[in-house]
Amino acid sequence: MSEHIVPRRIYVLVWVALLLLTLLTTFAATVDLGVLNGPVALTIACLKMTLVILFFMHVKYSTRLTWIIVLAAFFWLGILLTLTMNDYLTRHFLNYP
Amino acid sequence: MSQSDNLATMPAHAAAGNHGPLQHHFESLEQQRDASSVGMWVFLTTEIMFFGGLFLGYLVYRLSHFAAFAAASSTLNMDIGAGNTIVLICSSLTMALSVHAAAVGKRKTLLWMLGLTMFLGLVFLGVKGYEWHEKYVEHHIPGPNFVWHEENNPALAAERHAADVNPGETELFFSFYFAMTGMHAFHMVIGEGLLAWLFFKAWKGAFTPAYNTPVENIGLYWHFVDIVWIFLFPLLYLIDRHH
Repeated sequence: MSEHIVPRRIYVLVWVALLLLTLLTTFAATVDLGVLNGPVALTIACLKMTLVILFFMHVKYSTRLTWIIVLAAFFWLGILLTLTMNDYLTRHFLNYP
Repeated sequence: MSQSDNLATMPAHAAAGNHGPLQHHFESLEQQRDASSVGMWVFLTTEIMFFGGLFLGYLVYRLSHFAAFAAASSTLNMDIGAGNTIVLICSSLTMALSVHAAAVGKRKTLLWMLGLTMFLGLVFLGVKGYEWHEKYVEHHIPGPNFVWHEENNPALAAERHAADVNPGETELFFSFYFAMTGMHAFHMVIGEGLLAWLFFKAWKGAFTPAYNTPVENIGLYWHFVDIVWIFLFPLLYLIDRHH
């Protein structure tokens, strides 16, 4: 599948979407969303990352083996983040000294 | 007879004794391309884990010293950060168009797009250098000369409890700021070098629709560096901006 040539139209569309999302995240940061400001910014960033990986890095058109490696990378990153946060975010649950 | 026919249809460099774009240990060009793409993604996986460690450290300290991180983040120029994000996204488009031009064998377009990508990358680095210089002037570089004087900044003092912000914790934010943007910029500099090499090879006509793996893989690298910035921008510039 890797000889698949992504049409330029798709690249331009993704580029426009990335520009709009950049403006959106900058605007959203100036609005008071309470505790949601951080999650909103990260959600938009994840969306932009997904667009770049699927289309600019054409993983969408790649072999299953490439998919497995990409997903494994994020799975291990997820382990790193969740297990560490599992520690730091729950330390105050018990009031041991 | 049949041998000379084969020679006539082979590319010049294949007839000259090497086997053309297809290495002998691969079945087909497609398999060769897939293998190199998988190899590049394995490398990018190590890069994801490398930057993941930086992001994790940042996250832990941001959650435990939120007020100081928010105050320090507010001293960064959000418009410059957003502008630089747009520059980098444009460079990703030109990189993607380079890959397209190489795949369809348009040498001239490939050269233009590679040149544009390099130019946009240099613009990004220039702006980054300007921002770092600003930090230097403001004494916001962590170390013996670090000074946190923003309690005198009326815009910040009005909304935030400026007195509650621990200067040492703002210094911590700037340590992360320089480590993360510095490591990102270092990757950009390497990317510029790789692009210069690609430009040189493309100039000599090394890339054809049959063989353009270096353009493809350096493209993957460039997009990865773009993704790192896509996260750095909101995390460093956009904390608690609504005040």
